[in-house]
Amino acid sequence: MKTCKRNSRFPMFVTLLTLIFLYVPLILVAVASFNSSKYGGAWNSFSLKWYDRLFNERAIWEALANTLFIALISTAISTTLGTLSALALYRSKNRLKGIYYALIHTPLIVPDILQGISLLLLFVTLINLCGSLCRSLFGIELELGMTTIIIAHITFCMSYVAMVVLDRLHEFDYTLLEAAQDLGASGMYTFFRVTLPQILPGIVAGALFAFMLSIDDFVITFFVKGAGDTTLPIYIQSAMRRGTPAVINALSVVFLLVTFVIVFIAQKLVTKNSESKK
Amino acid sequence: MKSRLRNISNWIIGAPSFVWLVVFYAIPIVLVFLLAFKPVDAYGGLGEGWTLKTILDLRNPSYPAIIWRTFWQGIVSTTVCVAVAIPISYQLARMNSRWKNVILLLIIVPFWTNFLVRIYAWRVFLHADGIFKNLLVAIGLIEESTTLLYNQWAVLVVMIYTYIPFAILPIYASAEKFDFSLIDAAKDLGASSFYAFRRVFLPVISKGIWTAVMVVLIPAFGAYLIPDLVGGPSSELVGDKIAQRVFIDRNLPHASALSALLMLAVFLPMLLGKWLNHMRRRRQTREGRT
Repeated sequence: MKTCKRNSRFPMFVTLLTLIFLYVPLILVAVASFNSSKYGGAWNSFSLKWYDRLFNERAIWEALANTLFIALISTAISTTLGTLSALALYRSKNRLKGIYYALIHTPLIVPDILQGISLLLLFVTLINLCGSLCRSLFGIELELGMTTIIIAHITFCMSYVAMVVLDRLHEFDYTLLEAAQDLGASGMYTFFRVTLPQILPGIVAGALFAFMLSIDDFVITFFVKGAGDTTLPIYIQSAMRRGTPAVINALSVVFLLVTFVIVFIAQKLVTKNSESKK
Repeated sequence: MKSRLRNISNWIIGAPSFVWLVVFYAIPIVLVFLLAFKPVDAYGGLGEGWTLKTILDLRNPSYPAIIWRTFWQGIVSTTVCVAVAIPISYQLARMNSRWKNVILLLIIVPFWTNFLVRIYAWRVFLHADGIFKNLLVAIGLIEESTTLLYNQWAVLVVMIYTYIPFAILPIYASAEKFDFSLIDAAKDLGASSFYAFRRVFLPVISKGIWTAVMVVLIPAFGAYLIPDLVGGPSSELVGDKIAQRVFIDRNLPHASALSALLMLAVFLPMLLGKWLNHMRRRRQTREGRT
């Protein structure tokens, strides 16, 4: 064996290859979105017509409105519930903690198709059991729709928020709390003036995650949505099924740009925090 | 008294999310197992009474091949992702912070890019009149008649593509804390780069590797969209079958039985991993004591 070798180039080589692997398909889509040819095989000429088509497509705007509506509501609720559960998990020491932790942690790993179908089965069972009762008593029709989509989104977003906030809590300087209490601050006062400002970046990051996850989700939404509901991912999927209309190229580029900007901001937030801590 | 008060306030804080998760996560999982014992009604919904027929229907002759494919594709994609993620994390952890942040950003962006957009990009990339296909034909690697899309290799490549960032992030997180002077020390003592890497670096990031295996393997078992969009009829996975039973030949109890099977495949490795971890920790504390 050779001894005293300088740092191997191999890791750098793998990193570069992987980055190429990750970006080549995406770049090709971006190039194709400016190609006037419909099937994107050969380069025809530069054109913005797919973007023009994209911005004039009514169905896309409707899907976007639905997506944002669902994302905003589920982000608000899941951020609240997730933060509270992180606080409870962080402070509790009793036997239920293990179960509680498993309940919050495992949804992060369980495949989305299983979350989708299990929620669908729940909703179907509920509709079977109390559908007619609800109709006759309150005049409410229980059915799959925006409400079931929002419930599903809150459920899977919550765990992410809880984990991010919990991470932040574990880095939390506990002596600050004791100092505040020694100085006579009440529990409420300590929470709002000491704990909350400390974990706020975690909450913001969690909310951002939740928002992105909600916008991104296709599988779970597809299982629990009603017949007419479309979100952007649902729209893209049905467009892909109908063939591959070039409008999707343009839509993908818009998606990529938005993702890039959001991730860039989130990254800045996170690194700024870790630097200011040092 | 004070700790009692604290306990109560903890309950109040924790209760809403606890109840939410029990109702919308735990109970639905139990339902998946329960409804596998329901007969199907005329509309494909849940029939009256209970039956074993649904479970027995799982002996469909096409299923063993599908289950086997789901299994090996999951294993292969996990192995590739982790094998690639380890050198990348090593590289990232060694880099100075400016370049590190740039590369990290470049890895995170595809991770957050819409899942469908990423799959779509592969459909464009592997398309029959796409650049890549034409290039391969021009070099003479493939025939004009070969299709790159709609087979299990396309499914595997896109799965790896999708899960690579999932593998990199946890391994990088544990590599980041690694003290690289240890490797230099090992090399000063005569170890080769690879030996130092294997004996000094790998043990430190083993926890990250475990996490990476979990977050890639388990979702890979449930893959459904990828085989649905870039695979063909001969590359279906368990996830596709579940979706077909729900959306195409509507039969909810059958879908439920299949999902129960998949649920076991998901939770057993999770429990096994937890148990192994527990045993390892116990062994460590015992060794530490003696």
